[in-house]
Amino acid sequence: MNSRRQFLKISSLSAAGLIFGGGLLDAFAENLVKKNPSHFKGPFDFVRTPTYCEVCFWKCAGWVYKDENGRIKKIIGNNDDPNCNGRFCPRGTGGVGMYNDEDRLKTPLIRTEERGEQTFREASWDEAFDYIAAKLQKVKKEHGPESLALFSHGSGGKYFGKVLKGLGSNNIAAPSYAQCRGPREVAFLATYGQGINSPENTDIRDTKCLVLIGSHLGENMHNGQVQEMSDAIDKGATIITVDPRFSTVASKSKFWLPIKPSTDMALLLTWMNVIINEELYDKKYVEKYCYGFDQLKEHVQQYTPEWAYGVTTLKPQQIRETARAMADAAPAVIVHPGRHVTWYGDDTQRLRAVAILNALLGSWGRRGGYYNPEKASVPHFKLPDFPKPSKNWRDAMGGKYELADLALASGVCDASIPSPEMSCAIKAWIVNGTNLINTLPNQANTLKAIQELDLIAVVDTMPMEITGYADVVLPECTYLERYDSLRVSQGREPSIALRMPAVDPKYNTKPAYWMAREIAKRLDLLDYFPFENLEDEIDWELQQVGTSLEEMQRIGVKRIKREYDDLYFEKNEDIEFDTNTGKIELYSTALAEEGFEPIPVFVQHPEPQEGFYRLIYGRAPMHTFSRTANNPNLTDLMDENTLWVNPKVAKEWDLKNDQYVYLENQDGIISDFSIKVRVTERIRFDSVYMVHGFGHADKRMKRCFGKGISDTQLISNVMIDPIMGGTGMRGNFVTFRFDNKKEA
Amino acid sequence: MRYAMAIDTKKCVGCSDCVVACQTENDVPIGYCRDWVVEVMDGTYPQLEMEIRSERCNHCENSPCVRCCPTGASHYGEGGIVLVTENKCIGCSACITSCPYDARFVHPKGYVDKCTFCLHRVKKGLQPACVAVCPTKCMYFGDLDDPRSEVSEILKKRKHKTLIPEAGTKPQLYFLI
Ligand code: SF4
Ligand code: SF4
Ligand code: SF4
Repeated sequence: MNSRRQFLKISSLSAAGLIFGGGLLDAFAENLVKKNPSHFKGPFDFVRTPTYCEVCFWKCAGWVYKDENGRIKKIIGNNDDPNCNGRFCPRGTGGVGMYNDEDRLKTPLIRTEERGEQTFREASWDEAFDYIAAKLQKVKKEHGPESLALFSHGSGGKYFGKVLKGLGSNNIAAPSYAQCRGPREVAFLATYGQGINSPENTDIRDTKCLVLIGSHLGENMHNGQVQEMSDAIDKGATIITVDPRFSTVASKSKFWLPIKPSTDMALLLTWMNVIINEELYDKKYVEKYCYGFDQLKEHVQQYTPEWAYGVTTLKPQQIRETARAMADAAPAVIVHPGRHVTWYGDDTQRLRAVAILNALLGSWGRRGGYYNPEKASVPHFKLPDFPKPSKNWRDAMGGKYELADLALASGVCDASIPSPEMSCAIKAWIVNGTNLINTLPNQANTLKAIQELDLIAVVDTMPMEITGYADVVLPECTYLERYDSLRVSQGREPSIALRMPAVDPKYNTKPAYWMAREIAKRLDLLDYFPFENLEDEIDWELQQVGTSLEEMQRIGVKRIKREYDDLYFEKNEDIEFDTNTGKIELYSTALAEEGFEPIPVFVQHPEPQEGFYRLIYGRAPMHTFSRTANNPNLTDLMDENTLWVNPKVAKEWDLKNDQYVYLENQDGIISDFSIKVRVTERIRFDSVYMVHGFGHADKRMKRCFGKGISDTQLISNVMIDPIMGGTGMRGNFVTFRFDNKKEA
Repeated sequence: MRYAMAIDTKKCVGCSDCVVACQTENDVPIGYCRDWVVEVMDGTYPQLEMEIRSERCNHCENSPCVRCCPTGASHYGEGGIVLVTENKCIGCSACITSCPYDARFVHPKGYVDKCTFCLHRVKKGLQPACVAVCPTKCMYFGDLDDPRSEVSEILKKRKHKTLIPEAGTKPQLYFLI
């Protein structure tokens, strides 16, 4: 098509090293626009182009600025964007490092076997696609289409998802579900008939009391949320933080409850006990909207503050005081649902307790509690129906996890390991932008699954560990070098945002859309890709909602007016919730039907044996997932993780600050690399803490190879949530070692 | 005119976004920084307190770095902002030794570099890059001589301190406590 070629022509000028003064380049562009008013879809403004950030899932919209030589200089938030209000987080600001990283994947690679040595050779795109298409077809023929799976994170996954669905499989999984927020979604669905989704519908901006349970706002820079917390602090909101670690936000809290790890459920149930018995709950709200109050009241009688003291180590007075603080602020109170809530395998139940507590305080649907979000509806071009899959990952799970509303990444991984119970053997993986080696818990299991595959094709921008296991590696260009589907966000005000290339792709890298379409072409699936270019599809979509690609290239973000003024419940409004009873279910009929506890019950979790400490992991604001560790700008801020150790423990083991140690877990797994000790009062004596996402083992990532250690490597005890299959990862214990050789 | 910055330690989460924004705005080479984040801890578990501060050159009103500079490269610019003229700087590092705040470094190109309060932006009516990017909006910048500037207003309202006041440098970086 005309437009695309012209765009490439212009940008390749700068890529070839030709330097124009800003003025000349602008005049050049203007000329082109004049000649081609309707077709020109390249950047009108060579100085600033819109994007939305791809470093984390918050998807803040911003502007990419280039210098006079046409090189990317900086990325700044878009003032009109409700997700970021013109302010990016450090990772988003440092997104330029992703583009500049000279360790990026540069050209397609195919695995070869030479004299018994497995290596990769560089390949052309055609070869890579032919290889993948042939393998996909072979696997489909031999094992059926349901033996194909996709693991996906980020924007590119959708396009490969279409290829997979076109072939007849819907085994499309994202680690962000079973490894992160799944239990929360199921718990809130079971209680309110509605999930939380992303960005969260928490009305932090107007809250009077924010309760954070193991939720490290500020260290996890979920941008809009952190901004609103700051506003709440300005307005004098009370923050209650429950955390065995003195987190950043604990230091900003009126109440910090240094709870014994794994006992959060006890605290939640006890808070309910106090709130119900002291009659602090919202009586009108509970009577009008809730189902099962009497059962709940009776159920929580056993959980007294005095009982909780023994379990949580929190003083009864502290528990009562904080319960009253919440009730004082109600309904402008948020017991925060958290993110990455897969801890001990009873996570859906713990999040149910969170949901119930909010209901008692009447915060759902109220200002300063949870607002009713709205998402823009952008119509998609009508595609022919996908063939109906005859089986999927669920069948492989033998009737387990019926309540999971999305595919489980760990489930798909398990289904790839042949076993008598699994009726659906997965044989081919496409992996888009997710480093499964460091993302799925229980590395040994992941590696076992990989050995069983006929094909593993990995799409990424960096030589992440998973690319080392691939048969074919497809190097994607970064988000600064491509179009992607529109960002359609939920919020108080729905919005859409555009991402377009600021520069031409570096090296021999390509956008995922193009890759997926090329594969589709070879599989005779082009019907599912009616648009040759993604920008044409986006333009079509934008026109349906009364704008255009041209307008969005100028403004980047468009806010769309809410259809109804229903951010909060009206006074005494009659509301039907999407649950079996039509009410907020304090007593869950759906869980009861499936044979689970209808009201959460406290269960004691195993404790570390002598000399072992609970492994707690979390986030640093400048890194995210395991994908930023090699980013030159972000590595500059933090280039390795450290192990937080309480001074008492340090003394016992004679550990000094900055000393390097290895860790061994309860199953005898020893970390590949060593980690620097940080002796600090900020962590309990029964736990150690580290930031997730370090200890990379792929030498091709020069900056981060071997720096710090990988928590994932030490997470071999995975406690599966029986309700939705979430992978609880906080039940691992470690001890210190001074070398990493196994004792004979 | 008297430019100053105030930083709210109650809101700063220490994310270092100010550091990255400064690096990309001012082409600070990787491995160097004009601003940085400090965390100060006090107490024993579980009685703990922590202060988080984003720090940079204090643009001291009585600055030893300007006084000791042999070539006049270090000087006061518009609104009292302390600046270094690159081509006058001989890289002798006298200023680095004299600064009690460790705010200066030798740029790989050979001259001494440090925070400029983003004068190039301020002149265009923009906020310094670190202030503009901060997700918690914990930084305030403006003219202290203007009683209605954001920074004057916030200093009127909130308790604050400066760092190492005993050095007598009269810092223009204020920390709200
Ligand atoms: S929160 Fe930060 S990393 Fe996430 S999308 Fe926004 S700017 Fe990017
Ligand atoms: S902080 Fe240091 S460099 Fe900045 S003005 Fe004061 S003495 Fe000079
Ligand atoms: S004012 Fe400008 S130069 Fe100074 S630290 Fe902030 S961004 Fe850097």
